[in-house]
Amino acid sequence: MEALSSLAFGFSVAFTPFNLALALAGAALGTAIGALPGIGPINAIVLLLPLCFSLKLPPESALILLAGIYYGSGYGGRISSILLNIPGDPGLVMTTLDGYPLARQGRGAAALALSGIGSFVGGTLTVLLLTFLAVPIARLAVAFGPAEYVALMVLAFALLSTMGQGRTAKTWAAICLGLLGAMIGIDGGSGVERFTFGSLEMLGGIDFTTLTIGLFAVSEILIVAEGMRSGAVTHLGSGDRLKIGELVRCLPAMLRATGIGFFLGVLPGTGAAVASALAYTAEKRVSNRNDTFGKGDMRGLAAPETADNAAQTASMVPMLALGIPGSGTTAVMLGALLMYSITPGPLLFTQRPEIAWGLIASMYIGNVMLLVLNLPLVGLFARLLLVPNWILFPGVLGLSFAGVYAATNSMFELLLTTGIGIAAYAMRKMGIPLIPMLIAFVLARLLEDNIRRALSISDGDPMALFSSPVAILFWLLAALTLLVPVLAPHLGRRIRTVSDSEGG
Amino acid sequence: MIRLLLAVSAGLALAGAASAQNFQPANPECIAPAAPGGGFDLTCRVTSQQLNELGIVKPTIRTTNMPGGIGAVAYNNIQARRPNDPNVIIAVSTGSWVNLAQGKFGRFTENDVRWLGAIGADYGVLAVRKDSPYKTLQDFVDALKKDPGSVTIGAGGTVGSQDWMKPALVAKAAGVDPRKMRYLSYEGGGEALAALLGGTIQAVPGDASEVQGQLEAGEIRVLATFSEERLPGVFANVPTAKEQGYDVQWPIVRGFYAPPKITDEQYAYWVDALKKLNADPKWQKVRTDQGLFAYDLVGPDFDAFAKQRTDAFRKLAAEVGLKTTGN
Repeated sequence: MEALSSLAFGFSVAFTPFNLALALAGAALGTAIGALPGIGPINAIVLLLPLCFSLKLPPESALILLAGIYYGSGYGGRISSILLNIPGDPGLVMTTLDGYPLARQGRGAAALALSGIGSFVGGTLTVLLLTFLAVPIARLAVAFGPAEYVALMVLAFALLSTMGQGRTAKTWAAICLGLLGAMIGIDGGSGVERFTFGSLEMLGGIDFTTLTIGLFAVSEILIVAEGMRSGAVTHLGSGDRLKIGELVRCLPAMLRATGIGFFLGVLPGTGAAVASALAYTAEKRVSNRNDTFGKGDMRGLAAPETADNAAQTASMVPMLALGIPGSGTTAVMLGALLMYSITPGPLLFTQRPEIAWGLIASMYIGNVMLLVLNLPLVGLFARLLLVPNWILFPGVLGLSFAGVYAATNSMFELLLTTGIGIAAYAMRKMGIPLIPMLIAFVLARLLEDNIRRALSISDGDPMALFSSPVAILFWLLAALTLLVPVLAPHLGRRIRTVSDSEGG
Repeated sequence: MIRLLLAVSAGLALAGAASAQNFQPANPECIAPAAPGGGFDLTCRVTSQQLNELGIVKPTIRTTNMPGGIGAVAYNNIQARRPNDPNVIIAVSTGSWVNLAQGKFGRFTENDVRWLGAIGADYGVLAVRKDSPYKTLQDFVDALKKDPGSVTIGAGGTVGSQDWMKPALVAKAAGVDPRKMRYLSYEGGGEALAALLGGTIQAVPGDASEVQGQLEAGEIRVLATFSEERLPGVFANVPTAKEQGYDVQWPIVRGFYAPPKITDEQYAYWVDALKKLNADPKWQKVRTDQGLFAYDLVGPDFDAFAKQRTDAFRKLAAEVGLKTTGN
């Protein structure tokens, strides 16, 4: 009940015309910025921070604006993920898997609408959980120790390895490339340089934006260029809009993905990339009966989109409840609070309720606004594909490079992006999947840091990794994930009939 | 608004005339040598905003981020591409000097830039959870002495970083080999605090500003501050390490440097700007709100200080068994 009255107070803050306008402006601006490849939510927020000060916005209004941008850029990012196969931030990588094939089938507008609805469901359900359970959940999340993280990461890798059907060896090769790529730079634990070849630019490792733009934007453009010469790339008619039946069929996937996204988003440091990867691979395990995933299955689009937004929202839980950032973007938002001379911490709810509850209320409003703002526009966005390729793709490449340069201020990064793009083109020609590589790259650091932490606590005893029931549960799930595809053919038809009758 | 602008510019004209300076920066820039959101980023953004708002620097200062190697990339970029650019200042902190001393900035040394001045300082602290068995710094040291492996320490930096140095110095003062400490490194102080609250680690050698929120809420206990005197505010009841018999001080000084080949006049302009900033009561309030404490050291004094600190860190790193630069 206390939460309800506080929430009502929050709405009274967020529902002032000024703050509503800011939320709308943030959502619209975020959508536009997110749609530009290479500019993720972090950069969007950082670009706008100075504006908040020069406009002399009160802190709760600034936070509402920034949160709007945060969500909006997620919505905008899916436009390039679905239509162009270029994910704008880590959480949207999995979106390309089924979103892009849908767009190629002429159903770009339907895919955009579905992803918008999925994001809305994930975001709104998570805000509901956050409103009532933020503090106890945050307490549980911080108790998640290194051993549990390691087991969770192993499970994630196991699921990842099952992504490329019939291409297990190539999928593992991609995962190993991702792990290797993540090792470049100063090692977080010991401060030792690895694979930098004495280059100072490499000290900080490969930036995620650089890698994504190279892997997806540059290689996609090379593929398109090749296709244009041979005439393989053609224009698309606009297919059917999203049907109610399709939406209903995706609902179970959305609910499952919300659960996964919320759980992983609350854990400090894991973030939306892990959440959407796990949601996609898990959904594929549950629903991929006719082998439609990866070829434009609606559920394969709904699951990662929902989980991405659920995780993004859930990463606000440790920030609001404990004053600890749960992700890079929330770290920037905490920094914004600091600039307003507000000490983020457990007392935020009692000392500055207008900020904490105003923000929570604005999340409800922001989610609704984005849906209203985006749904009517999906047709318009989808028309992007009607732009002739010879204008569209060079334009995308130019914007991507501008994005990389804006984030890093470095020529070296542009060269690196190009190099990665050429390598990615070769990989695609050889049938090595790029997405497991990118996700492995994102997860590698979490895995390595936590193995190291777990082993230094136990003084090198590897049994520490199996020390808690939660960890053991994840290990078992990982083992099942790996073993079932190997054993299933030997066990024959029996299992298939059993699981079919159970699942059906 | 216009009246205010006029007043400010008139004041500025007077100040300019008084110090007889001709140099005015054009399109000035503050480089935060890190990704957005961290300490360097805040230093740049808050300082530039205040320098503009108080009318000390007229043209708007923009902040750019140049992440990489905890300041190494920016340090080298300035040397290679902009050695005589008078319109740029770069944020620096004690952590940069620690890395400079350990040769992590490439072939350049502390003598290769012009140190402008400090705008404030944070102080190292040692924090434990509210229900920790360690009530004083002595309890912590006793546990370390008995079995260094029994105390798991964690913070945002790597082994050899300033977060590691703080407990290492305490251990050394107590006759314990710092390399025997059980130290976990996290992605930033926030994650380390989460691990402390969750019970994964037992102590966080963090910064005062970083733990302030948790201390106010009674979630943690601060065993000691690594400052010369007691810190004000919520830290007033926390004894310094020195009071408890371990003379370990760790100010995290935040300031700026300029490219090596700017003229003395240009150097004087920026030094003067920082001097005015530090003297302004409005800035002093902003500084306090940021969790920073006064640290008025600018110009040649700061230059000497930066060089002396880097050299001290070089000796220190060698003593605790880390790699250092040759000179």
